[in-house]
Amino acid sequence: MSRASALLLNVRVIWALVLREIITRYGRENIGFLWLIVEPMLFTGGIAISWSFFASLHGHRIGVLEFAVTGYSSILLWRNCANRAVNGVQPNFDLLYHRRVKVLDVLVARCLLEIASATLSFVVLTVAFVFLDMMPAPRDLMQVMIAWFFLAWVSVAIALVVAALSEMSDLVERVWHVATYLFFPLSGALFMVDWLSPAMQKVVLWIPMVHGLEMLRGGYFGPSIRTLFSVEYLFLFCGICTYLGLLLVKVMSRRVVRK
Amino acid sequence: MITCVNLTKKYKTRSGFNVCIDDVSFSVQKGERLGILGKNGSGKSTLIRLIAGVDAPTSGHVKREMSVSWPLAFDGGFQGSLSGIDNIKFVSRIYGMDFKTCRDFVSDFSELGKSLWEPVKHYSSGMRSRLAFALTLSVDFDCVLIDEVISVGDSRFQQKCHDELFVKRPERSIILVSHHHDVVERYCTHAAVLKAGKLTICSDISSAYEEYENNA
Repeated sequence: MSRASALLLNVRVIWALVLREIITRYGRENIGFLWLIVEPMLFTGGIAISWSFFASLHGHRIGVLEFAVTGYSSILLWRNCANRAVNGVQPNFDLLYHRRVKVLDVLVARCLLEIASATLSFVVLTVAFVFLDMMPAPRDLMQVMIAWFFLAWVSVAIALVVAALSEMSDLVERVWHVATYLFFPLSGALFMVDWLSPAMQKVVLWIPMVHGLEMLRGGYFGPSIRTLFSVEYLFLFCGICTYLGLLLVKVMSRRVVRK
Repeated sequence: MITCVNLTKKYKTRSGFNVCIDDVSFSVQKGERLGILGKNGSGKSTLIRLIAGVDAPTSGHVKREMSVSWPLAFDGGFQGSLSGIDNIKFVSRIYGMDFKTCRDFVSDFSELGKSLWEPVKHYSSGMRSRLAFALTLSVDFDCVLIDEVISVGDSRFQQKCHDELFVKRPERSIILVSHHHDVVERYCTHAAVLKAGKLTICSDISSAYEEYENNA
């Protein structure tokens, strides 16, 4: 089989898995697959609006709503990717009977669906709030898109590692759920790095999501805020983590058994 | 042709490694129908899963020079929460076939009627097997792998399977594992015996039966 037709086959398998995943998750009842967008929109939109009532960012020249929308949208991205990938193989085990369906395809399909869901929700919410004049439009759309791309990449890379490990040991799932909650505030949703003490800045700048979100907000708010991030660090983290993830998935898929 | 070279599969158990398939080598030509006899626990299902590429061997490899089906077995291959139709859709998508052609064939062959719109997990084992058979045959593989389920359904359905497998496409290869020697005798051109993970190729089917019965 040539490389091009092998690639085409992969795309076909992943697409079939995505469509299947949509049906198993959302079914054909009521609004069906629209839940894919509505669910994260309700979450982010709900939190953002309640924040804009109860919280204030005195002394900072940015609005609460856009701060919350950017923050929670990116949390949804990495959290949902990893959560869906953890123990993501077992429910699809029967499909691995088809030689063409690989463990990696199953995980990639799940991540793609989460990325699509988080991205669409982010876009629709932003457009809606901007249109309703509740928040300003992004200043530098290109930077926002590049940052979003990096955040999605970080999410997939982490998801692959966590998914592979969770298949090898049950402990990982429990640890990961605790870690998700700990990273919830740490991932940058609740602060700008500039607001922290230099010592704290050093700590949080180890977290790749912080870099992605700083970049995203830098693009959204423009030069009115000071952002601290390194594209090199993001790139390096994504590269190494993806490599590690693929390696672990390869090892795991050779020994995966039905539980 | 399918060639298995030094296939070995070990599973880790609480008491060390369990060698399930032990250095198995054989090949199946186009049009050949190989029956592998084995008692419970001899490694039949594991072997068929290795040939299908569902599981990876611990060592050795499988060379597939014709298209090989997934293992037609009592379990696996379907997403239980999906309807028969959605499963057909999935299979037709991954094998790049036209969904309507596939659906019409499966619906006609399996005679599942309206049940095709029900989730597969509500099917009886007979219904499941009929769906599995129909779906496998709709893809038109060069070699069909069968794990025990050859005798499903009533005699009419069995006749249909027989016609489809042996009359309409006699050049199709089959690898069948079973513990019923009469099944192997009836359907296969070649035979082998699997015992504790070791495969013995037999010169003809009656000698396979002897080997199977005597040295078990």
